This record gives sequence, C-alpha cells and structure tokens, in this order.
Amino acid sequence: MSRDLQSTADLIRYYTLKELNHIGYGHFGGALSIVEALAVLYGDEMRYDPKNPKSQDRDYFVLSKGHAGPAYYSALAVSGFFPIEKLYTLNANGTNLPSHPDRLRVEGVDMTTGSLGQGISAAAGMAYYLKSKNMPNRVYCILGDGELNEGECWEAFMFIAHNNLTNLIVMVDDNKKQLDGYTTEVCNMFSLEQKFMAFNFNVAVAKGNDVNSIKSCIDNARQCAEKPSCIILDTVKGAGVDYVANMTSNHHIRLDDNGKKSIENEINILEQKLKEGGLL
Amino acid sequence: MYSDIEMREAYAKTVEQLYKNDSNVFALEADLSSSMSTSKLKDIMHENYVNVGIMEANMIGVAAGISCVGGYCFVHSFGQFLARRAMDQIFISLGYADLRACLVGSDAGVTAEHNGGTHMTFEDMGILRALPNIEIYDVCDSVQFHNVLNDAYKNRKLVYVRTFRKKQPKEIYSEDSSFINSGANILREGKDITIAACGIEVNEALKAADILSENGISAEVIDVYRIKPLNEELILNSVKKTGRIVTCENHSVENGLGSAIAEVLGEKYPVQMYRIGVRNYYGQVGNVDYLMQQYKITAEDIAKKADKLIKNK
Repeated sequence: MSRDLQSTADLIRYYTLKELNHIGYGHFGGALSIVEALAVLYGDEMRYDPKNPKSQDRDYFVLSKGHAGPAYYSALAVSGFFPIEKLYTLNANGTNLPSHPDRLRVEGVDMTTGSLGQGISAAAGMAYYLKSKNMPNRVYCILGDGELNEGECWEAFMFIAHNNLTNLIVMVDDNKKQLDGYTTEVCNMFSLEQKFMAFNFNVAVAKGNDVNSIKSCIDNARQCAEKPSCIILDTVKGAGVDYVANMTSNHHIRLDDNGKKSIENEINILEQKLKEGGLL
Repeated sequence: MYSDIEMREAYAKTVEQLYKNDSNVFALEADLSSSMSTSKLKDIMHENYVNVGIMEANMIGVAAGISCVGGYCFVHSFGQFLARRAMDQIFISLGYADLRACLVGSDAGVTAEHNGGTHMTFEDMGILRALPNIEIYDVCDSVQFHNVLNDAYKNRKLVYVRTFRKKQPKEIYSEDSSFINSGANILREGKDITIAACGIEVNEALKAADILSENGISAEVIDVYRIKPLNEELILNSVKKTGRIVTCENHSVENGLGSAIAEVLGEKYPVQMYRIGVRNYYGQVGNVDYLMQQYKITAEDIAKKADKLIKNK
C-alpha cells in the first residue's frame, strides 16, 4: 500500500470520529486507543482481499474488545471492504453495521464479538485449526485491558501457550481505563507484563499509539517460534483527540452541543491535515 | 454395530468414524475424556483431538473459532458445565454468531447418580431452549445417539445432545432401524392416551404402557427425542386421536419436553395434560432407581398419572 502507516491511522481516526459524531454517542475512548494498531494490521501486516473478504489465504483478525467496533469498521472501510458511506449507518434501525462486530453483517469481520472474553477464545480456536493444518494464515486479536478481568481470557491464554500458537499475536490495549474508572482502581491487575510472562508468552510493550513502535513489536513477535507473543499496547484512552483523552470518564460518551462542537473541531483539524497530505 | 453398546462407546466410535472420512472433524474435551471413553481418540485423531483442560468457556470459544475457519467440533462435557457454565459462550460465540458445533452433555438428570446435586442437571434443555437456532436432543439408546450425531455432522448443525454415559436399560431401536430425523417416533400405537417421552424416560413410558394395557387402557407411546424444534404435527395428530397426554422427562418440568409440548397444545389444541418430571428440586446423590422414585418419574408414576387423567374424563 502506498499510503504510509501514520496517514492510514489518521484516516481511520478521522472516519471513526465522523461515524460516531454522526450518531452523537458511542465508545469513543476505546475505539480511538486502538487506531494505530488497526492501521498497522490493515495497512501493512495482514493479508486480505477486500473484494473477496472470505479468500482462503487471508489472515484473521478478532476484535475481542468488541465495543471498539466503530474503529474496526473505519479500518475496514478505509481498506476497501465496503464504501465509506456505510459507516454512517452505524446503529441505525435495520442496519448492517451494529455497534459490536457481527460476522454475519459486516464485510471483513470474521468473528462476532461484544461479550468480553469470548473473542480471544475464538481467535485461539482459529489459530489452533490453522496450525493443525500447517496453513500459513495468521491470526491477530486485540483485547482490552479491562477485558482481562474476565476469567475466560486467562483460560484462552493458557490454551494458547500450551499449544504454542505462534501463528496468533495477542495484543492488549492497555489504555488504563475501563467503564467505571481506572483499571488499577476497579480491579488492579498489577503487572500485565509479568502476568503474560508467567503464562509463558513472549511479551513486548509497544508505544501503542505509535505505528512504528507497534510495527517493530509485530516484526519481532513473528520471529519468535518458541512462545506465542503478546504485545501490550501502552495507549491513551481517547488517543489523538484531546477532547476525549482529557475526559475522566470517556468509555462511552453521549455528545451534548458542546461535545459535538469539540468533536467537529477535532474532525476539521484532521480533515485539514489529510487534505494537505492529499489523502482526502 | 451400535446397538447394545454404552452410550460413550457409541459417541467415541461415531466421532472416530466421521474423522476417518473427514479431517475437518474435531473432538474437544475439558478433562472428562476418561469419563466419556474418548481418551483413545487421541492416538487416532492426533491434533484433531483437543483436551483443552478444565475450561469449558474457552472450549466453546475454541469450537467457535474452529468452526469459523472450516472445522466441525464434537464438544463433550457434563451437561451442567456446558449449559450452565458456558451458556453465554454457547449463546454468543456459537448461536448468535451462527457458528456450528455438536455439543454433547453427558450424565443427563438422575444418571449423574453419585456425583449428586452439583453435577445433576435438570435444567440444561431449559437453558438452551432459549437459543433461536439450536436443536436439542435427549437420546434414549446408542443407535439413536449415533444417528443424531451423524445428522448433526452431515448438516453442520448447532445441536445440544443430552445423554447418559453408560448402557441403556433396554434397546429401543435395532441396528437396522431406518432413521429419518423427524424428531419423534411412534413406538407403540394406542387410542386412549398419548405418552410422550424422551431420553431414559422412553423405556419408562413403554413399561407404563404395559401396566396400563393390563388395565384395559391403550396408550400411544411417542419417543420425542428432539425437544427443539418439536415435531408438532406428529404430536398433534396423536393427541387429536387420544384426547389427552402425559409427558415424561428426566428433567425439570419447567422449560423441557413437557413445557415445549404444553406450549404447542396450549396454542393449537388444548387437552388434558400432566407433565412427569422433576418438580422444583435440585439434584442429590443416589442410584438411578432411587432417584427416579424420589422425583416420581418411574413407569408406575407415569401409569398412575395416565390412569388419573383418563378417569377425570
């Protein structure tokens, strides 16, 4: 792809904001924090054919933190899976773009998610199958840090490590907040790095809103054959959009008039930048 | 040969046979393979046999993932660990996502015997009936079990099959029974009352029909082995002839076979009815005979209630 990764991230962020602003509410914080990870996956790392979303040689992506669906959709639209216009049907009555990813309705979505903890198990099943058949396809899964409260995640991590599923890269969006507040205050998980190391993962910490840092962590992870890899994305909830990032509670936001104005302002700034770069 | 073998043997044998013809068949266990006689499949199915460890929620998700990429999983655990513990995974990652697997819940109801209340499931069918796109079976012998498993695989269905693990008290179907998955079979024709049963209660229903016949009552016995979707037509036709019905299940009367039939009859053809089944109890330890007496689900209980319905005429 000729577009550089940062420009892809800017485009994904721009359309995520436009999509959410269109309906005036949504999971802004956790959608914005994974934009760079999505840009690296869809802009560089993954094999896929947007015209043939079910192609046999595709790589698989599972968004286990399904509430970040709008960012995922934006990445899919920017990557050509469906027209940008579809983004403005988010959550509309009768839509094929529901808040949480739905494999039956959205082109390019392989697994339906939204009930936290479940996506990673499905990703593990996909990776297990592909490994058992010696197939080269890879699997990528992004979980939320708050999502790690769910016991099922740790069941899945045990399964992934036991079966040495190196064809799966686990990414944790460590944006430090969950719905009710800071993860350290709701249920302190202490060191994620140490936890994953204890589960026998090859662990790396990436600057989670920096495309180059994510890319180099993924490159390293692909070299590791002894253990499955986990990349902890050190991110900001609401990254790249000051209005959201500076809010204490930014998991789900319903925009009032001021909020709408602020988001539209952020959209305009991004739009200007993208136009200057010839991307819009 | 599938007749006259233990249910778990029929399970392992069927899965093995299907795998030998299709390398996309997987068998998943959550540390209960020794209980289900599937340990031997490891050497036959290799990586297609997956003992995930004691993690039923993850096991369902893994089955969903395998289904997503092209495989079909036979997933076994004790019924309560599937229906109760992994309900949300079955609901979202399989049902809602429209992914397919054959879930087999063993030790149905009182057949959990000495494992007692923690392992005794009288509500598994009730819990899973809430899924719009699942098929639910309660099987009565090894020939039927084999056929239900085959059908699930062949048509890539999402199904829940509840079963006991050991030998059936009596063979209901012979090896050469022609099996069309109609969901219900008339095992004995009659004109005075319909007895609809599933699972281990099929044998009790047949015994009850013998008792009734000694008293001059002609009972029609139907094996309703598929609780969802019901073969409504077959049940309605029988009830239109007999005018009354007793349902029999090794399960709570809430949300199981009796409820499903009552819902159909209530809407389409209300008749006198009694539901034999567990009425508002948790399980307990005991052998099958003792527990069947405790919960009033024996042939004698069925005959007594049928007789009473007829006298109420």
